[in-house]
Amino acid sequence: MNHAVFEKNSLILLIGALIVVSIGGIVEIAPLFMLQSTIEKVEGMRPYSPLELAGRDIYVREGCYNCHSQMIRSLRDEIERYGHYSLAAESMYDHPFQWGSKRNGPDLARVGGKYSDAWHVEHMRDPRAVVPASIMPGYPFLEKTPLNYDNIGARMKTLQEIGVPYTDEMVTNAKADLSAQISPDTDSAKALVQRYPKAQVRRFDGQVGDNVQPTELDAVVAYLQMLGTLVDFTKFDASGQNLR
Amino acid sequence: MASHKRIDEVTGAETTGHVWDGDLTELNKPLPRWWLYTFYACIVWAFGYWIVYPAWPTFNGYTKGWFGYSQRDQVAKDAAAAKAAQDKYRTAIAAMPIAEVKKNPELFEFARDGGAAIFGDNCAPCHGRGAQGAVGYPNLNDDDWLWGGDLESIETTITHGARSGDPKTHDTAMPRFGLDKILEPAQINDVANYVRSLSHLDVDAAAASRGSAIFADNCAACHGADAKGNTEIGAPNLTDAIWLYGNSQQAVVHSIETGRGGMMPAWGGRLDPVSIKMVTLYVHSLGGGKPEPKKEEGESEHKDEPHEAPK
Amino acid sequence: MTETTGRMGNIPVLASALLFTTIGLILAIAGTDGGMRLHGLIFGLASAAALFVIASRPAERTEKPSGYFDGPIRVATIACVFWGIVGFLVGDVLAWQLAFPALNLDLPWTNFGRLRPVHTSAVIFAFGGNALIATSLYVVQRTCRARLPGRWAPWFVVWGYQLFIVIAASGYVLGITQGKEYAEPEWYADLWLTIVWVVYLLVFLGTLRKREEPHIYVANWFYLAFIVTIAMLHIVNNLSLPVSWLGSESYPLFPGVQGAMTQWWYGHNAVGFLLTAGFLGIMYYFIPKRAERPIYSYRLSIVHFWSLIFLYIWAGPHHLHYTALPEWAQTLGMTFSIMLWMPSWGGMINGLMTLSGAWDRLRTDAVIRLLVVSVAFYGMSTFEGPLMSIKAVNSLSHYTDWTIGHVHSGALGWVGMISFGAVYCMVPWLWKREGLYSMRLVEWHFWLAMIGIVLYISSMWVAGITQGLMWRAYDHLGFLKYSFIETVEALHWPYVIRATGGVLFLLGGLIMAYNVWRTIRGDQPVDVKDQPKVAAAPELRPGVVAAPAE
Ligand code: HEC
Ligand code: HEC
Ligand code: HEC
Ligand code: HEM
Ligand code: HEM
Ligand SMILES: [Ca+2]
Ligand SMILES: [Ca+2]
Ligand SMILES: [Cu+2]
Repeated sequence: MNHAVFEKNSLILLIGALIVVSIGGIVEIAPLFMLQSTIEKVEGMRPYSPLELAGRDIYVREGCYNCHSQMIRSLRDEIERYGHYSLAAESMYDHPFQWGSKRNGPDLARVGGKYSDAWHVEHMRDPRAVVPASIMPGYPFLEKTPLNYDNIGARMKTLQEIGVPYTDEMVTNAKADLSAQISPDTDSAKALVQRYPKAQVRRFDGQVGDNVQPTELDAVVAYLQMLGTLVDFTKFDASGQNLR
Repeated sequence: MASHKRIDEVTGAETTGHVWDGDLTELNKPLPRWWLYTFYACIVWAFGYWIVYPAWPTFNGYTKGWFGYSQRDQVAKDAAAAKAAQDKYRTAIAAMPIAEVKKNPELFEFARDGGAAIFGDNCAPCHGRGAQGAVGYPNLNDDDWLWGGDLESIETTITHGARSGDPKTHDTAMPRFGLDKILEPAQINDVANYVRSLSHLDVDAAAASRGSAIFADNCAACHGADAKGNTEIGAPNLTDAIWLYGNSQQAVVHSIETGRGGMMPAWGGRLDPVSIKMVTLYVHSLGGGKPEPKKEEGESEHKDEPHEAPK
Repeated sequence: MTETTGRMGNIPVLASALLFTTIGLILAIAGTDGGMRLHGLIFGLASAAALFVIASRPAERTEKPSGYFDGPIRVATIACVFWGIVGFLVGDVLAWQLAFPALNLDLPWTNFGRLRPVHTSAVIFAFGGNALIATSLYVVQRTCRARLPGRWAPWFVVWGYQLFIVIAASGYVLGITQGKEYAEPEWYADLWLTIVWVVYLLVFLGTLRKREEPHIYVANWFYLAFIVTIAMLHIVNNLSLPVSWLGSESYPLFPGVQGAMTQWWYGHNAVGFLLTAGFLGIMYYFIPKRAERPIYSYRLSIVHFWSLIFLYIWAGPHHLHYTALPEWAQTLGMTFSIMLWMPSWGGMINGLMTLSGAWDRLRTDAVIRLLVVSVAFYGMSTFEGPLMSIKAVNSLSHYTDWTIGHVHSGALGWVGMISFGAVYCMVPWLWKREGLYSMRLVEWHFWLAMIGIVLYISSMWVAGITQGLMWRAYDHLGFLKYSFIETVEALHWPYVIRATGGVLFLLGGLIMAYNVWRTIRGDQPVDVKDQPKVAAAPELRPGVVAAPAE
């Protein structure tokens, strides 16, 4: 082949390069949307409740993914330390995914239920108060900042438009559901749990009193406490297509 | 542009004849052999790899590869092999009551070792690396136990947690005397002085004596008339100078106002029963573990055993 | 091709500036969150300033402009030095934060999580990006003997790019992020960058099309592939839906596993095309130029160019080994990474062997030394990369500081050193000086940077391998030997050493800034006789053809 064709015509060089660099991405990405086997068959996955979603948005905002992975690899030491390896299904409603690439801190994929709310509250306020050797930054401002959730419905609507199975009912009730999640023993809390099975309802940041407003810490702890709790692994069939 | 091919003096190679920006030229050298052959070798290796491992997407799946390898299958095998290597211990531990394990030195060593590994990643964040505890998180080395310090009690506490939401969790909690307006602030202040006096802290004597009656009316039901606590309901001993939430007047007032209600997660779903036994044995062996209660004896440990004198 | 000049030619440019000003002011007023309002204001003010400048110079020239168009290149060169220092400084702050967490100050805008993207974006896109824009526009003109097209377009590329950087970085500090590594800027910053980038492509391509040389020089192949591939990667990976067109938040289109694959297709090729192909463009001009030697092998250039760009794209899944990404994709990522080894080394061979016959320059010319050492680091990290792509190795290295060590052997060693070399070459050439202000300072910079790099990467290898081994260490009974927090503690001293190395690297950068500043100011070089003839601007060298064709 005579390379002069490319060397003498900038457009041919441009188009040639563009074709050459397109192939790999197409072959690797497109099948992930098409192949049945990409996402495992599991029970229990549901979209985030409004409060959990708000917490997740704060998690992204603070850049926790720079230190924490949410992806337990299928390696013996990881499943012993962190629990069952992560499934693609477990992040199928995650926009963006938060698998992470560096573990300055431990994996968080299954941290839900591992600690108490009180521990998380103290840990987020001052990590070294509970774990003296920790190198995690403190986030004392979270508990002092009221959660801004004016547009939580719009956020859910956006996610609905890009494929997260929020129902219109969920979107309409977004704000009510959000405050319901910190109001135990109310009818609205019951409605929330109907819409979002396994949603945990309580004052995550430990505030006491009537009529309290959710804080950013409420949202973050609600999010952390649900991580990895949806799929029931006693019912997961780790064979056949799910084996991959 | 005319061709400027020339022989480069240093290398003896010919240039291609193109010149850019006054002096940029290139030699017409062949590809280095070793480079080319290494490149080919890498390509051949890749083809080989594709044949034996899962590699290319197809319309309804992907090429599985001759080896039939799957990393998920592999990790299941690795985990099974690891379990198998420990099997003789694990099955023995699973089969026997926890107290028996302790009597078998080999099993006990195994269990303690495994328990320590679990403790580091799961329990230490709250109870501390040395299980020394912290404010709100009990010390597991001492012989002061909220929910009982014999093996079975510890195993139950770990499996179901305390106020964890688990159906079988230890669930009793102290009333929120302040928040729910059961007692007046002054009364709380008094009774706090009283309980602090039980471990010989400096208190306002008048307040403490007023508090004594309040204690008998409101607190003795759980903490006992002698305030030595009750491990059935997790009511701490208030006389032993060991304070879960601190011994300052402020901390004690806060405990009475809010009832605290510390939460220990249930590990039953997260750790398998053998692991729970192991970590139980580890915790029990830390120094404060108590012997198994004899069946006829009373419900509470604290009543049976002398306590350290208050310091 | 005619230059657009005069009052009429300005009208579309003025209209765009007006449009951008309006959009900015609308967002500044109607933005639904503080971040958006601030960014609207910055954007509006910047556009208004552009509007003012353009309007005040309606008909500067009616005749064809002649000579190379170097003004924007000078700006980009200074920006490269400036952002480099910002990026190194923030990187070093991060390094100290990991050693002494109190330095996070527990404030929102100073914590590690928010600052880390400031560092990565500042060094990759601001420092590296400006180095690429400056050199590519410099090189393409010289090797085509043609002036950049357009009167405002090159200025727009350079200033528009700085605006993008300011918006992106200030956004991170305020917590505005898309949460995808190296693609953190939110949707509106992404859109802006798309516009800037398309104009960049057009300016570059326009110069190629105007060229007076029959053949396109090899450096330009790499630059062109870099520009067009980055455009593709940027657009696909940043597809997202804003929550409101007046707000800063958005959600990326692709979820979970598809999102991860797309992200690392992007992330790996940001490395492959920005940090590699683009910088190979730098190598292919500045090494032969400075060494005054022919490129080692034309045929190697061709083979390694096409194989490199073809193979790189496939390697992304090596960032996702053993994850929930289907295994077939991991296999492709691993095997293509291995095949990528020789194409990468093709560049190294061409770079290093270009010095045959001029090895003595390494001793006498610290600038050549920077350029050549960078190629050695390039060779090292492109050996390490394929090694880390092997699943068995990656099972140990992934998530650890080994990756960080690898990154910085590429980033400090290759990207950093070659950029320094190019800046030292270009500054006297662009400002028409007889040489750099001081070669001795270049020596200092070289050695500080070298020691800094060695401290950095050796400590991170130790840290990474320690961490990886500790995570998977078992005791004699088959239980995990270390808890996570013990592995954190083990890294304290390596972190201190790394941060110290960072200080040295930063010091080198400051010395460079000083040297560049003195050179630009036009101070008489203190050691001009020690500098090779090529250090001087071409105009000041006898017997060099350096004029564009016009
Ligand atoms: C500088 C790195 C860093 C950042 C940023 C960081 N963490 Fe951490 N994180 C750590 C380290 C180290 C640990 C382990 C020590 C400890 O428990 O504090 C940890 C532990 C944790 C744990 C306990 C996990 C377990 O299983 O023990 C949680 C939960 C957590 N972090 C949440 C967060 C959240 C939420 C954010 C962001 C708002 C965050 N972290 C940001 C470093 C970090
Ligand atoms: C979220 C923090 C947390 C974690 C993690 C945690 N604990 Fe606890 N643990 C507590 C608290 C709080 C209590 C006290 C409960 C109470 O106040 O009644 C407790 C109580 C206990 C008790 C009873 C102590 C007594 O005096 O009766 C034992 C035993 C115990 N924990 C063991 C463990 C073990 C073993 C693990 C790990 C597998 C663990 N804990 C993990 C918070 C924690
Ligand atoms: C329903 C049973 C119950 C009653 C009644 C009760 N307590 Fe308690 N108390 C508990 C329990 C259970 C705890 C442990 C809470 C925890 O572990 O978080 C506790 C903890 C405390 C503590 C904290 C001990 C420490 O180590 O820090 C104090 C002090 C205390 N109680 C005092 C009182 C006083 C004074 C009263 C009466 C005014 C009272 N309690 C009534 C059950 C009770
Ligand atoms: C003074 C010099 C530098 C110092 C001290 C420094 C320090 C750091 C630190 C502390 C981190 C975070 C590591 C972690 O999360 O554990 C980091 C990440 C990173 N730095 Fe630097 N850095 C420097 C220069 C550079 C340069 C010049 C580049 C690129 C051209 C660069 C590119 C990166 C990248 C890409 C990451 C992210 C790595 C990853 O996620 O794997 N750095 N740096
Ligand atoms: C043949 C060439 C290369 C290959 C095959 C390669 C391979 C790899 C691998 C396997 C990882 C680790 C992924 C993980 O475990 O998470 C990695 C990370 C990285 N490499 Fe390379 N590498 C190459 C060259 C380079 C070069 C020249 C640079 C230039 C600076 C570079 C920059 C990076 C960065 C920034 C990361 C970190 C990505 C992240 O996790 O955030 N690589 N590379
Ligand atoms: Ca990373
Ligand atoms: Ca983006
Ligand atoms: Cu990569």
